[in-house]
Amino acid sequence: MIPELGHFCLAMAVALACAQGVVGIAGPTLKDPRALTAAPLLTLLHFTAISLSFLALVWAGVVSDFTVENIADFSSAQTPLLYRITGIWGNHDGSILLWCLILSLCGAAVAVGGKRLPASLRSRVLGVLGLISCGFLLFTLAVSDPFTRIWPPPLNGAGMNPILQDPGLAFHPPVLYTGYVGFSVAFAFAIAALIEGRIDAAWGRWVRPWALISWCFLTGGITLGSWWSYYTLGWGGFWFWDPVENAALLPWLTGTALLHCAIVVEKRESLKAWTVLLAIATFSLSLSGTFLVRSGILNSVHSFAEAPNQGLFILGLLGITICGSLLLFAVRAPILAGSGIYAPISRESALILNNIFLCAIAAVVFTGTLYPPFVNLLFGIQLSVGAPFFNQTVLPLTSPIILAMGVGPLLRWKRADLYPVMQRLWLAAAIAALVFIILTATKHIIAALGLAGGAWVVMAAFTDLAERVRLFRVPFGQSLQRLFTLPRAAIGAAMGHIGFGVSVIGIAAMTLATQKVIVLKPGQSTELGGYTWTLKDIHDAPGPNYQRRVADVVLSDNGHAFLTLHPSRRFFTAQHVITNDAAIHTNGFQDLYAVFASEQDGGAELRLNRHPGAPEIWFGGLIMAMGGFFSLSDRRLRVGAPFRKRVPGGATV
Amino acid sequence: MSPLRRRLLFGVPLAMAAVGGVGFYTILRRMQDNDYNPHTLPSPLIGKHPPTFALPGAPGFQGFSNTDLLSPPKPMLVNWFASWCAPCQEEAPMLHKLAASGITIWGIAYEDTPDALAAYLQNFGNPYQRLATDESGLTAINWGVYGVPETYFIDKTGIVRLRYPGALTKEVVQNRLMPLFKQYS
Repeated sequence: MIPELGHFCLAMAVALACAQGVVGIAGPTLKDPRALTAAPLLTLLHFTAISLSFLALVWAGVVSDFTVENIADFSSAQTPLLYRITGIWGNHDGSILLWCLILSLCGAAVAVGGKRLPASLRSRVLGVLGLISCGFLLFTLAVSDPFTRIWPPPLNGAGMNPILQDPGLAFHPPVLYTGYVGFSVAFAFAIAALIEGRIDAAWGRWVRPWALISWCFLTGGITLGSWWSYYTLGWGGFWFWDPVENAALLPWLTGTALLHCAIVVEKRESLKAWTVLLAIATFSLSLSGTFLVRSGILNSVHSFAEAPNQGLFILGLLGITICGSLLLFAVRAPILAGSGIYAPISRESALILNNIFLCAIAAVVFTGTLYPPFVNLLFGIQLSVGAPFFNQTVLPLTSPIILAMGVGPLLRWKRADLYPVMQRLWLAAAIAALVFIILTATKHIIAALGLAGGAWVVMAAFTDLAERVRLFRVPFGQSLQRLFTLPRAAIGAAMGHIGFGVSVIGIAAMTLATQKVIVLKPGQSTELGGYTWTLKDIHDAPGPNYQRRVADVVLSDNGHAFLTLHPSRRFFTAQHVITNDAAIHTNGFQDLYAVFASEQDGGAELRLNRHPGAPEIWFGGLIMAMGGFFSLSDRRLRVGAPFRKRVPGGATV
Repeated sequence: MSPLRRRLLFGVPLAMAAVGGVGFYTILRRMQDNDYNPHTLPSPLIGKHPPTFALPGAPGFQGFSNTDLLSPPKPMLVNWFASWCAPCQEEAPMLHKLAASGITIWGIAYEDTPDALAAYLQNFGNPYQRLATDESGLTAINWGVYGVPETYFIDKTGIVRLRYPGALTKEVVQNRLMPLFKQYS
């Protein structure tokens, strides 16, 4: 009964989303105030309907209702409660429903939080969101219905893929989807602005928080995913240039560019058409990312193994959304003209430089990801583009960004002088140079360059903050006071840059990692990274829905044992799957990482790694996301400063 | 910039998206018609003789070279494997079944050591009539081996007709190998 109700709510949501789309877009032309208030109401109803539908599916998962095909295929009675719930979005149909839920949540957030928006703009934004939602809900209902029943029901479900039974992965999809889908709001704002034919500073101010919040979630989602693959897949790597990782990286790159150039629109009313194009591109790439994962076109570990007819449906949706918006852009955008004038050396130019390089990286990653299937299609040539290509092309493009990132925030708008800025950055430059010189001794040029670059970015961001609070020029207490009154957006931006620098440091330090694959019998030991690793014992241990073989590895430093790692192999009897559970010990600056790869003749094949700087990669991502959230708490965004100015002296309106 | 050029410039993203869309549409249509699979690994050897090589035999076995494969008395299989590869162990029972049904299988052990290979054959048995070793892995590169296990079907004229990467399963044997044996025997 409950699944049928869920299915009914889903059907209702399609109708409501469709109404929201039509009323929202047509409303402002009707010159009827009731039409303008209808869209927000429809949005909230549409959100409620999808929420109920999603709850129905969660309920079916929690009570293990195996008459629902989705639950029978991907859950089982032995699956722990947490994974019975998270398993809902661990499969294709459920993940699309989650996607729609988040999309409608974004719409609801605009409806509730956008009270200060001009009514016509809000109505059009909600209309665009409604149409997108309608398309994807139709897809859910028509070809990937998560509520399909089976009869007779199996006694037990097939169970969840053991690799996915992990808390890190449980929250990776919702966070990542929020990031992907959140850009739909920036997209809707761009489309609404194209329809209205007007973009001004206020538009930039409204779009930025939405772009920022999606960016934070996307950063968080990518960080979580990378961390998950690091500690569960047991490969010891954190980024594999897998097509799906690239699909998440692309909107991140263009989204980062969008964030930066929306500042230019807001402060200087320039780069309008470019900002609109970036908003469209970012959401289009998010959509294509979701689509590529599902279509089976790209080789990937993430594939859902889907039928191509679903792919055609999604391709149709994508075609309408992307080509429709780009057509609108081609027709309407040429009338958007910027008004701000600026010199070649200025904050604007630095931001344009940032945009150019971010988009160049995006173009390289895009080409590398899509080249193989297209070359195969056109010329019948098989090739694979892998990590060596991406590493060699992306690294050189990142270096100018790293250099410019330090200087940019200290430049003034309109026209700046490079010399005084460089003077203020002497400390950061000196520290970076020092790091480089020290590390060239290790003969790792890439690591030295990377660490120096990371140090430069971090120190430059601190210099920016120190300059703003006039550190050491006024008494320390006064500086502290200034720090608290500094706009949170400025601190958030500095945090974003610091986070990026920390990630760069982590990635560079990872190139210094040492690794060993060795077969040890209990009692034997080996040397790695200055420590002695001794295999003490191999024994059995119980688990909730699996059996474990655990290897006890004792690490000692000069004969003094200081740590025991317990890498294990998990045998999931229901699915006949074995997973390796890596044991990782971190002290915040270095990971000691052991994987129990296989067991042979009473010995254990161990993969032992020492990863300096590995935690910094994810700390950096976390700091970036936190910086974004901190920036969102800026007073300017909370109280809507632009409208303050219109009521000088507290005059009544 | 003239207004027309500006307009054309703003149409570039649309044109790019449209081209991409048509490409994806073609790929998906052809995937549906089963005449295109982005995941297959076509071998450059199909329809040709294997490249020149001469590999020594594993201890106690006779090795072979490309000339030995020029005209086998009946169609046969060449199976690349390694003692350190788990799918090869999974595949072993199927190879035994094939060998028991009278099919000639020659093996090439890829990047293996004599000791490990001997232990492997002891544990999983020997379905191979001849067994060569490619310790350096150079012959594997010339053959275009993607990973072990990999099986090549060679007809009576010594021409490679099929390359199957991965462990042979019942379905693969039934649907891909058996029709070839019928066709070429």
